[in-house]
Amino acid sequence: MRFVARFGRFWWNFVVGDDWRAAAGIGVAIAVTAVLAAGGIPAWWFMPVAVAAVLWLSLRREARASR
Amino acid sequence: MTAGFLIASAFLASAVEFVEALTIVLAAGVSRGWRSALAGLGAATLALAAIVAALGPALTQIPISALRLLVGALLLAFGLQWLRKAILRASGFKALHDEEAIFARELAEAQAAGTEERAGLDWYGFTLAFKGVLLEGLEVAFIVITFGSTQGNIGLAAVGAGAALLLVATVGVLVRAPLARVPENTMKFAVGTMLTTFGIFWSTEGAGAHWPGSDAALPGVLAFVLLLSFAAVTLLRRRRFALTAA
Repeated sequence: MRFVARFGRFWWNFVVGDDWRAAAGIGVAIAVTAVLAAGGIPAWWFMPVAVAAVLWLSLRREARASR
Repeated sequence: MTAGFLIASAFLASAVEFVEALTIVLAAGVSRGWRSALAGLGAATLALAAIVAALGPALTQIPISALRLLVGALLLAFGLQWLRKAILRASGFKALHDEEAIFARELAEAQAAGTEERAGLDWYGFTLAFKGVLLEGLEVAFIVITFGSTQGNIGLAAVGAGAALLLVATVGVLVRAPLARVPENTMKFAVGTMLTTFGIFWSTEGAGAHWPGSDAALPGVLAFVLLLSFAAVTLLRRRRFALTAA
Protein backbone atom coordinates (compact mmCIF):
# COMPACT_ATOMS: atom_id res chain seq x y z
CA MET A 1 0.00 0.00 0.00
CA ARG A 2 2.85 2.36 0.88
CA PHE A 3 4.46 1.55 -2.46
CA VAL A 4 1.23 2.40 -4.33
CA ALA A 5 0.93 5.69 -2.42
CA ARG A 6 4.56 6.60 -3.15
CA PHE A 7 4.20 5.56 -6.78
CA GLY A 8 1.05 7.71 -7.11
CA ARG A 9 2.73 10.67 -5.39
CA PHE A 10 5.73 10.39 -7.71
CA TRP A 11 3.57 10.55 -10.85
CA TRP A 12 1.47 13.37 -9.40
CA ASN A 13 4.63 15.42 -8.72
CA PHE A 14 6.08 14.49 -12.09
CA VAL A 15 3.09 15.52 -14.21
CA VAL A 16 1.25 18.08 -12.07
CA GLY A 17 4.21 19.56 -10.18
CA ASP A 18 3.87 21.95 -7.27
CA ASP A 19 0.91 23.96 -8.60
CA TRP A 20 -2.12 21.75 -9.17
CA ARG A 21 -4.23 24.79 -10.04
CA ALA A 22 -2.10 25.42 -13.14
CA ALA A 23 -2.55 21.80 -14.27
CA ALA A 24 -6.30 22.01 -13.61
CA GLY A 25 -6.46 25.29 -15.54
CA ILE A 26 -4.82 23.60 -18.53
CA GLY A 27 -7.37 20.77 -18.34
CA VAL A 28 -10.27 23.24 -18.30
CA ALA A 29 -8.74 25.22 -21.18
CA ILE A 30 -8.45 22.08 -23.33
CA ALA A 31 -12.06 21.15 -22.53
CA VAL A 32 -13.33 24.66 -23.45
CA THR A 33 -11.33 24.57 -26.71
CA ALA A 34 -12.89 21.18 -27.55
CA VAL A 35 -16.41 22.48 -26.83
CA LEU A 36 -15.88 25.62 -28.96
CA ALA A 37 -14.39 23.57 -31.82
CA ALA A 38 -17.24 21.04 -31.63
CA GLY A 39 -19.71 23.92 -31.92
CA GLY A 40 -18.05 25.12 -35.12
CA ILE A 41 -16.59 28.24 -33.47
CA PRO A 42 -12.96 29.10 -34.35
CA ALA A 43 -11.14 28.15 -31.12
CA TRP A 44 -7.41 28.36 -31.91
CA TRP A 45 -7.07 31.66 -30.03
CA PHE A 46 -8.43 30.32 -26.75
CA MET A 47 -5.48 28.16 -25.62
CA PRO A 48 -2.80 30.92 -25.85
CA VAL A 49 -5.05 33.30 -23.88
CA ALA A 50 -5.79 30.60 -21.28
CA VAL A 51 -2.10 29.68 -20.93
CA ALA A 52 -1.21 33.36 -20.42
CA ALA A 53 -3.83 33.64 -17.67
CA VAL A 54 -2.87 30.34 -15.99
CA LEU A 55 0.85 31.21 -16.07
CA TRP A 56 0.36 34.72 -14.68
CA LEU A 57 -1.94 33.56 -11.86
CA SER A 58 0.54 30.81 -10.94
CA LEU A 59 3.47 33.27 -10.95
CA ARG A 60 1.53 35.76 -8.84
CA ARG A 61 0.69 33.09 -6.25
CA GLU A 62 4.35 32.01 -6.05
CA ALA A 63 5.62 35.61 -5.85
CA ARG A 64 3.19 36.41 -3.03
CA ALA A 65 4.13 33.24 -1.16
CA SER A 66 7.86 33.99 -1.35
CA ARG A 67 7.58 37.49 0.14
CA MET B 1 7.90 20.78 -36.99
CA THR B 2 11.19 20.54 -38.83
CA ALA B 3 13.82 17.93 -38.04
CA GLY B 4 16.06 20.73 -36.75
CA PHE B 5 13.47 21.88 -34.20
CA LEU B 6 12.91 18.30 -33.07
CA ILE B 7 16.62 17.60 -32.55
CA ALA B 8 17.27 21.01 -30.93
CA SER B 9 14.38 20.61 -28.45
CA ALA B 10 15.43 17.09 -27.45
CA PHE B 11 19.10 18.15 -27.23
CA LEU B 12 18.50 21.21 -25.03
CA ALA B 13 16.05 19.48 -22.67
CA SER B 14 18.34 16.46 -22.38
CA ALA B 15 21.51 18.50 -21.84
CA VAL B 16 19.97 20.34 -18.87
CA GLU B 17 18.78 17.11 -17.23
CA PHE B 18 22.06 15.28 -17.91
CA VAL B 19 24.08 18.12 -16.32
CA GLU B 20 21.96 17.66 -13.17
CA ALA B 21 22.34 13.87 -13.30
CA LEU B 22 26.11 14.25 -13.69
CA THR B 23 26.28 16.29 -10.48
CA ILE B 24 24.56 13.47 -8.55
CA VAL B 25 26.70 10.71 -10.11
CA LEU B 26 29.86 12.73 -9.32
CA ALA B 27 28.78 13.15 -5.69
CA ALA B 28 28.03 9.41 -5.44
CA GLY B 29 31.33 8.45 -7.12
CA VAL B 30 33.56 10.79 -5.11
CA SER B 31 32.00 9.96 -1.74
CA ARG B 32 30.96 6.29 -2.06
CA GLY B 33 33.24 4.85 -4.75
CA TRP B 34 32.99 4.83 -8.54
CA ARG B 35 32.04 1.15 -8.89
CA SER B 36 28.69 1.59 -7.14
CA ALA B 37 28.02 4.97 -8.77
CA LEU B 38 28.70 3.65 -12.27
CA ALA B 39 26.59 0.53 -11.59
CA GLY B 40 23.72 2.83 -10.56
CA LEU B 41 24.25 4.94 -13.69
CA GLY B 42 24.24 1.84 -15.91
CA ALA B 43 21.13 0.33 -14.29
CA ALA B 44 19.21 3.61 -14.61
CA THR B 45 20.25 4.01 -18.27
CA LEU B 46 18.96 0.48 -19.01
CA ALA B 47 15.67 1.24 -17.21
CA LEU B 48 15.23 4.44 -19.24
CA ALA B 49 16.00 2.63 -22.50
CA ALA B 50 13.38 0.00 -21.58
CA ILE B 51 10.78 2.73 -20.87
CA VAL B 52 11.43 4.41 -24.26
CA ALA B 53 11.41 1.04 -26.07
CA ALA B 54 8.11 0.01 -24.42
CA LEU B 55 6.21 3.31 -24.56
CA GLY B 56 7.44 4.58 -27.93
CA PRO B 57 5.83 1.90 -30.14
CA ALA B 58 2.73 1.84 -27.89
CA LEU B 59 2.16 5.58 -28.44
CA THR B 60 2.41 5.25 -32.22
CA GLN B 61 -0.68 2.98 -32.11
CA ILE B 62 -2.84 5.84 -30.74
CA PRO B 63 -4.83 7.82 -33.39
CA ILE B 64 -3.01 11.06 -34.24
CA SER B 65 -5.67 13.48 -32.89
CA ALA B 66 -5.85 11.66 -29.53
CA LEU B 67 -2.05 11.46 -29.46
CA ARG B 68 -1.73 15.20 -30.09
CA LEU B 69 -4.21 15.94 -27.31
CA LEU B 70 -2.35 13.69 -24.85
CA VAL B 71 1.08 14.92 -25.89
CA GLY B 72 -0.04 18.56 -25.96
CA ALA B 73 -1.50 18.32 -22.45
CA LEU B 74 1.64 16.61 -21.12
CA LEU B 75 3.99 19.10 -22.79
CA LEU B 76 1.95 22.00 -21.43
CA ALA B 77 2.07 20.51 -17.93
CA PHE B 78 5.87 20.05 -18.15
CA GLY B 79 6.47 23.26 -20.09
CA LEU B 80 4.60 25.48 -17.67
CA GLN B 81 6.49 23.95 -14.74
CA TRP B 82 9.83 24.72 -16.43
CA LEU B 83 8.77 28.16 -17.63
CA ARG B 84 7.31 29.17 -14.26
CA LYS B 85 10.55 28.28 -12.44
CA ALA B 86 12.67 29.97 -15.12
CA ILE B 87 10.62 33.21 -14.91
CA LEU B 88 10.75 33.18 -11.09
CA ARG B 89 14.55 32.67 -11.24
CA ALA B 90 15.03 35.40 -13.87
CA SER B 91 12.98 37.87 -11.82
CA GLY B 92 14.76 37.09 -8.54
CA PHE B 93 11.85 35.38 -6.75
CA LYS B 94 13.64 32.03 -6.76
CA ALA B 95 17.35 31.26 -6.26
CA LEU B 96 19.31 30.47 -9.43
CA HIS B 97 20.12 26.82 -10.01
CA ASP B 98 23.67 26.30 -8.69
CA GLU B 99 25.33 22.97 -9.57
CA GLU B 100 28.30 23.58 -7.22
CA ALA B 101 26.00 24.16 -4.24
CA ILE B 102 23.93 21.07 -5.12
CA PHE B 103 27.14 19.01 -5.48
CA ALA B 104 28.37 20.17 -2.05
CA ARG B 105 25.02 19.29 -0.45
CA GLU B 106 24.81 15.84 -2.09
CA LEU B 107 28.45 15.13 -1.18
CA ALA B 108 27.92 16.04 2.49
CA GLU B 109 24.80 13.84 2.70
CA ALA B 110 26.54 10.91 0.99
CA GLN B 111 29.59 11.17 3.29
CA ALA B 112 27.38 11.24 6.37
CA ALA B 113 25.33 8.19 5.36
CA GLY B 114 26.11 4.77 6.88
CA THR B 115 27.62 1.85 4.99
CA GLU B 116 25.51 -1.05 3.74
CA GLU B 117 26.78 -3.54 1.20
CA ARG B 118 24.45 -5.40 -1.16
CA ALA B 119 25.43 -7.51 -4.18
CA GLY B 120 29.01 -6.40 -3.62
CA LEU B 121 28.07 -2.74 -4.04
CA ASP B 122 27.88 0.20 -1.67
CA TRP B 123 24.08 0.41 -1.62
CA TYR B 124 23.83 4.12 -0.81
CA GLY B 125 26.15 5.04 -3.70
CA PHE B 126 24.28 2.74 -6.08
CA THR B 127 20.80 3.99 -5.19
CA LEU B 128 21.91 7.66 -5.14
CA ALA B 129 23.27 7.38 -8.71
CA PHE B 130 20.37 5.17 -9.88
CA LYS B 131 17.62 7.44 -8.54
CA GLY B 132 19.37 10.61 -9.71
CA VAL B 133 19.84 9.41 -13.28
CA LEU B 134 16.41 7.75 -13.47
CA LEU B 135 14.51 10.79 -12.18
CA GLU B 136 16.43 13.33 -14.27
CA GLY B 137 16.29 11.01 -17.29
CA LEU B 138 12.58 10.25 -17.02
CA GLU B 139 11.62 13.72 -18.17
CA VAL B 140 14.06 13.37 -21.08
CA ALA B 141 12.49 10.01 -21.96
CA PHE B 142 9.02 11.59 -21.97
CA ILE B 143 10.16 14.51 -24.12
CA VAL B 144 11.84 12.16 -26.61
CA ILE B 145 8.76 9.91 -26.75
CA THR B 146 6.18 12.70 -27.00
CA PHE B 147 8.05 14.91 -29.50
CA GLY B 148 9.19 11.92 -31.52
CA SER B 149 5.86 10.06 -31.65
CA THR B 150 3.88 13.13 -32.72
CA GLN B 151 6.28 13.61 -35.61
CA GLY B 152 6.50 9.88 -36.28
CA ASN B 153 10.24 9.99 -35.65
CA ILE B 154 11.28 8.91 -32.17
CA GLY B 155 14.72 8.01 -33.59
CA LEU B 156 15.46 11.63 -34.51
CA ALA B 157 14.47 12.89 -31.05
CA ALA B 158 16.65 10.15 -29.54
CA VAL B 159 19.57 11.40 -31.68
CA GLY B 160 19.24 14.84 -30.03
CA ALA B 161 19.11 13.29 -26.55
CA GLY B 162 22.00 10.94 -27.36
CA ALA B 163 24.16 13.84 -28.59
CA ALA B 164 23.50 15.71 -25.34
CA LEU B 165 24.39 12.61 -23.29
CA LEU B 166 27.62 12.15 -25.23
CA LEU B 167 28.59 15.81 -24.84
CA VAL B 168 27.80 16.04 -21.12
CA ALA B 169 29.44 12.66 -20.35
CA THR B 170 32.61 13.60 -22.29
CA VAL B 171 32.93 17.01 -20.64
CA GLY B 172 32.09 15.45 -17.26
CA VAL B 173 34.87 12.84 -17.61
CA LEU B 174 37.36 15.53 -18.70
CA VAL B 175 36.44 18.09 -16.03
CA ARG B 176 35.50 15.71 -13.19
CA ALA B 177 33.55 18.49 -11.52
CA PRO B 178 29.98 19.78 -11.65
CA LEU B 179 29.37 21.66 -14.89
CA ALA B 180 28.66 24.95 -13.14
CA ARG B 181 29.54 27.06 -16.19
CA VAL B 182 26.77 25.61 -18.32
CA PRO B 183 24.14 28.39 -18.67
CA GLU B 184 21.54 26.09 -17.13
CA ASN B 185 19.03 28.78 -16.19
CA THR B 186 19.01 30.21 -19.71
CA MET B 187 18.72 26.72 -21.19
CA LYS B 188 15.79 25.93 -18.88
CA PHE B 189 14.09 29.12 -20.03
CA ALA B 190 14.55 28.06 -23.66
CA VAL B 191 13.27 24.53 -23.00
CA GLY B 192 10.27 25.81 -21.04
CA THR B 193 9.43 28.13 -23.93
CA MET B 194 9.70 25.32 -26.50
CA LEU B 195 7.66 22.82 -24.47
CA THR B 196 4.93 25.39 -23.79
CA THR B 197 4.83 26.41 -27.46
CA PHE B 198 4.41 22.85 -28.74
CA GLY B 199 2.03 22.09 -25.88
CA ILE B 200 -0.26 24.98 -26.91
CA PHE B 201 -0.02 24.01 -30.57
CA TRP B 202 -0.75 20.30 -30.21
CA SER B 203 -3.35 20.47 -27.44
CA THR B 204 -5.33 22.97 -29.54
CA GLU B 205 -5.17 20.69 -32.58
CA GLY B 206 -5.91 17.62 -30.45
CA ALA B 207 -9.01 19.36 -29.04
CA GLY B 208 -10.33 19.71 -32.59
CA ALA B 209 -9.46 23.35 -33.35
CA HIS B 210 -7.36 24.35 -36.37
CA TRP B 211 -4.56 26.92 -36.51
CA PRO B 212 -4.73 29.52 -39.27
CA GLY B 213 -1.99 28.52 -41.71
CA SER B 214 -1.60 25.11 -40.03
CA ASP B 215 2.08 24.42 -39.14
CA ALA B 216 3.04 27.94 -40.28
CA ALA B 217 1.34 29.22 -37.09
CA LEU B 218 4.03 27.59 -34.91
CA PRO B 219 6.55 30.51 -35.09
CA GLY B 220 3.69 32.84 -34.14
CA VAL B 221 2.89 30.73 -31.06
CA LEU B 222 6.60 30.69 -30.16
CA ALA B 223 6.77 34.50 -30.47
CA PHE B 224 3.67 34.81 -28.27
CA VAL B 225 5.15 32.57 -25.54
CA LEU B 226 8.47 34.46 -25.66
CA LEU B 227 6.70 37.81 -25.41
CA LEU B 228 4.55 36.52 -22.55
CA SER B 229 7.61 35.22 -20.68
CA PHE B 230 9.63 38.41 -21.03
CA ALA B 231 6.62 40.51 -20.03
CA ALA B 232 6.17 38.32 -16.93
CA VAL B 233 9.87 38.68 -16.01
CA THR B 234 9.67 42.48 -16.41
CA LEU B 235 6.50 42.79 -14.33
CA LEU B 236 7.80 40.51 -11.57
CA ARG B 237 11.16 42.33 -11.47
CA ARG B 238 9.32 45.64 -11.02
CA ARG B 239 7.26 44.07 -8.24
CA ARG B 240 10.42 42.76 -6.58
CA PHE B 241 12.16 46.15 -6.76
CA ALA B 242 9.04 47.79 -5.31
CA LEU B 243 9.02 45.25 -2.46
CA THR B 244 12.70 45.69 -1.62
CA ALA B 245 12.43 49.51 -1.83
CA ALA B 246 9.40 49.54 0.52
